[in-house]
Amino acid sequence: MPREVRDVVFVDGVRTPFGKAGGMYANTRADDLVIRCIRELMRRNPQLPPERVEEVAIAATTQIGDQGLTIGRTAALLAGLPKTVPGFAIDRMCAGAMTAVTTVASGIAVGAYDVAIAGGVEHMGRHPMGEGVDPNPRIIAEKLVDPSALVMGATAENLHDRVPHITKERTDAFALASQQKTAKAYANGKLQGDLVSVAIRDEENGWGLATVDEAPRDTSMEKLATLKTPFRPHGKVTAGNAAGLNDGATAALLVAEETARELGLPVAMRLVSYGFVGVEPEVMGVGPIPSTEKALRIAGLSIDDIGLFELNEAFAVQVLAFLDHFGIADDDPRVNPWGGAIAIGHPLASSGVRLMTQLARQFAEHPEVRYGLTAMCIGIGMGGTVIWENPNWEGGDK
Amino acid sequence: MSLAAPNEVVTKALLRQVNVPGLDRPAALITLDNGLDHTKPNTFGPGGLTSLDEAITAALAANPAFIAVTGKPYIFCVGADITGLPLLADREQALEIGRLGHRVFARLKDSAIPTFAFVNGAAMGGGLELALHCHYRTLSAGAAALALPEVSLGLVPGWGGTQLLPNLIGIPAATQVILQNPLMQNKMLKPKQAAEMGIADVLLEPADFLERSLEWAAGVVRGEVTVTRPEVDRDMWAGVLYFARQTLDQRLHGAVPAAYQALDLLETAKDADFAAGTAAEDDALADLVFSEELRSGLYAFDLVQRRAKRPAGAPDKGLARPVTKVGIVGAGLMASQLALLFARRLQVPVVMTDLDQSRVDKGVGYVHTQIEKAVTRGRMDKGTAAKLYGLVSGSVDKSVFADCDFVIEAVFEDLSVKKQVWAELEKIVKPEAVLATNTSSLSVTAMAEDLEHPERVVGFHFFNPVAMMPLLEIVRGERTDDATLATAFAVGKQLKKSSVLVKDAPAFVVNRLLTRFLGTVFAAVDQGTPLDVADSALDPLGLPMRPLALLQLVGPAVAYHVGGTLHAAFPDRFGVSENLKRIADSGQPIVVDDQVNEEVAKLLVVGDQPLTAEQVRQNALDALAQEIRLMLDEGVVAEAQDIDLCLILGAGWPFHLGGVTPYLDRTGTSEQVTGRRFLPRGVASLR
Repeated sequence: MPREVRDVVFVDGVRTPFGKAGGMYANTRADDLVIRCIRELMRRNPQLPPERVEEVAIAATTQIGDQGLTIGRTAALLAGLPKTVPGFAIDRMCAGAMTAVTTVASGIAVGAYDVAIAGGVEHMGRHPMGEGVDPNPRIIAEKLVDPSALVMGATAENLHDRVPHITKERTDAFALASQQKTAKAYANGKLQGDLVSVAIRDEENGWGLATVDEAPRDTSMEKLATLKTPFRPHGKVTAGNAAGLNDGATAALLVAEETARELGLPVAMRLVSYGFVGVEPEVMGVGPIPSTEKALRIAGLSIDDIGLFELNEAFAVQVLAFLDHFGIADDDPRVNPWGGAIAIGHPLASSGVRLMTQLARQFAEHPEVRYGLTAMCIGIGMGGTVIWENPNWEGGDK
Repeated sequence: MSLAAPNEVVTKALLRQVNVPGLDRPAALITLDNGLDHTKPNTFGPGGLTSLDEAITAALAANPAFIAVTGKPYIFCVGADITGLPLLADREQALEIGRLGHRVFARLKDSAIPTFAFVNGAAMGGGLELALHCHYRTLSAGAAALALPEVSLGLVPGWGGTQLLPNLIGIPAATQVILQNPLMQNKMLKPKQAAEMGIADVLLEPADFLERSLEWAAGVVRGEVTVTRPEVDRDMWAGVLYFARQTLDQRLHGAVPAAYQALDLLETAKDADFAAGTAAEDDALADLVFSEELRSGLYAFDLVQRRAKRPAGAPDKGLARPVTKVGIVGAGLMASQLALLFARRLQVPVVMTDLDQSRVDKGVGYVHTQIEKAVTRGRMDKGTAAKLYGLVSGSVDKSVFADCDFVIEAVFEDLSVKKQVWAELEKIVKPEAVLATNTSSLSVTAMAEDLEHPERVVGFHFFNPVAMMPLLEIVRGERTDDATLATAFAVGKQLKKSSVLVKDAPAFVVNRLLTRFLGTVFAAVDQGTPLDVADSALDPLGLPMRPLALLQLVGPAVAYHVGGTLHAAFPDRFGVSENLKRIADSGQPIVVDDQVNEEVAKLLVVGDQPLTAEQVRQNALDALAQEIRLMLDEGVVAEAQDIDLCLILGAGWPFHLGGVTPYLDRTGTSEQVTGRRFLPRGVASLR
């Protein structure tokens, strides 16, 4: 059967405010976070009949308890989508939601369905990193991978070893800039539009409402310099120049472009290409470099064609390594203009969609930009990159 | 004066400042939470009201964008803490409880800052009244129920309910919520109904109820959401209440003071200003707190809520044997109803047998039809229906009972027939299979005596209609063993019935008392008392139906049969009425459209010594007191409480009588007839 690959668009994305593990979401279930996102996504897009949603892919790294039970399907049911809407759970650690997007986008492109929801959740307070893991003893016995590869902070220290020109001062400066850019974005109302309020509750105060991220903080180079380096004595990686442990969820609407036009759904971004590549697990932070090269190659583009970057800030060193590789300045205004995970937080499997949602809003503000990319490093040594085209681009035909 | 109740589980009002998108200053969100899970719902005692008062004070001090009150998960608040009521020392304290609630709740009504109730879960009584005081209400479609059930207990919704509700939703709907529903097995509203009535301004889905409620409230505050409520029709007020009063008179004949107080308060609500209305509520509440009817109501409530769930004298649950298949001997109407009930509740195979295939087919057909009806009416989903179709089967071959764990017979009420059935069955079933009889009057011991294993026979007496009536009399025969009894109780619980352990005595509890009671009425008729005088003689008690209507429901032939059994056992107390036989033989209804059927009445042969209504009533009450005392002395049940529980659940006798022994005590009947009370003072009465 001859078939065409169809264009896939990112229609809309939302996220919960990100909490600090043990913080405002301490008594909130992980599935409730993602359910809230799905419901809000449907509510913001009333042109979309719920029965037209044909797939719900939800990522979680630790698929246990309230993040288990095939969360894509159960969240769809609990969100009130018709029982005919299927769903599945997906995992690629930090790139879970990104992989949910690329997976359903592929399904749409090949014509398996027209409309899908992709998102992710990680409640690192309820499910600490490494909960229930059972690494194969061969990893050590056969020296396949250094055990430090399983501890993300240790891989960031390993990366520092490989790129000694990236100093601690540089990572702290990058981290401080992230906090400042996020504070400014909040003050200018750039981030609020993505947020879905979440009811929270604790025994002493009763019900409340989460409306802003809990992690951003006021800091300085001096304060950052005093922080401990928990992953290595006299190391470089601190809680200040890395993303924290967070709780949060995201969801996005991916639709065949022709279906979006049929239903009158807004087109925020058009998918151009994507790539995932494996690297040495001990320095997983370099992952986005080869994955970006791959995505660019597939798209037939060069790094110079990219007008906006949303890079996940798992660790400042890993973002700086990426920028150095591609010859981009630390303070290039195209990169994370509203700050990143160091300030906002990084609830592992949910973050990929946050990058996309922010890129989509920046596209709307920047009709002069044609292409943007979202990229992130991934545990056990991988990188993932998705390149998007701005439908608002005013430079002429596609 | 301190109102603090020593054992109050205080529902705390937790205050939090909440930033709501779109508002320039925080809102005050008050959460009602008693710190326990949803099985122990929020209630208001003096401590809870004080906590709410403090939270409102703190909320107002911060000048919030709005104030909202919500509940803990699944529960908004289920009303006043009634356990404290009997502890109130005097009328002044009762008045104070009313005033305290009014004073605190009124702060939400009088607030210059907009107030909202986010009714997230069950809201009853004082909980719903709190919500009614708020300027606006959102309601979760997932809330278990909404109600103002006070009248069912013997109270009135006296924290503003009678004044606010009719002025919000109109007098017809308010009368339904405050009067009709509580008197109709305490019917509750589902959220959708409540919203349609206008009790809530908006109905929201439970998944994101609080988020949407806050957003909606912000919309109201910003003027973006306009709340429109239909205007209340004040012209129909008097007419609706006149009709309601007539209906009450017909049903209760003045027996429930709370209902009449509620009616008066609804009348007041039409024109009185709110302060005068609430003062009238305070008075009504104080009167009712010190009424015998309320004390009986609280006693009855406790029986139904607690004693019914922990049957007195039931053996250790651990002795119960699993029941994985049920057999039913017979496929007639009663057997078919039982088959449906067992299949539905136990979800195990149920097999019916009868003498020929056509009867078996009819029985199974009945079950299938009932399942279809339930599906058509939306009361059963198709999956459950499909499962039940598969579970219920029939056969003419009794060997299908071989692997049953529990076999119940519903064959003709004749001892030799039933003994024959059991003898035949014993050759087929496993030695430990429980053999249960649904006899209404025959001896369980006698039925078992010739069996090889008489210890596995137990009485399992349902009330008609079996799907509806909550009572199950579980009868221990002389040789019934604990494992059999424990299994019977476990099955009763699975059937969602309230089981009462009864000794193997003629006609057990409910039928024996109703027969004795009806016997006195018929004796009066036999003597020459006009049928309508005898029939209405018990009206002042406010029973669910008059004697002749009850007779018609039971069936004159059945009543005559049970009467025969009891006459044989206790000839001096249970007479045989030839007139009852004439009614039975006539085959005609004795009551038509609530009137005595003259066609049947003229068949009766009566004497010339008519009694007054008062004499008939006193005879009936005296007979009840005497019979209950004898039953307690014989050990038919453990305590008087079990007699009352049986009458409430098996005969629908009302809360305001406390079943009946509190009424017999408070009228002095028990002491006069038996020389002593049934219950100590204060248990179901004023001290």
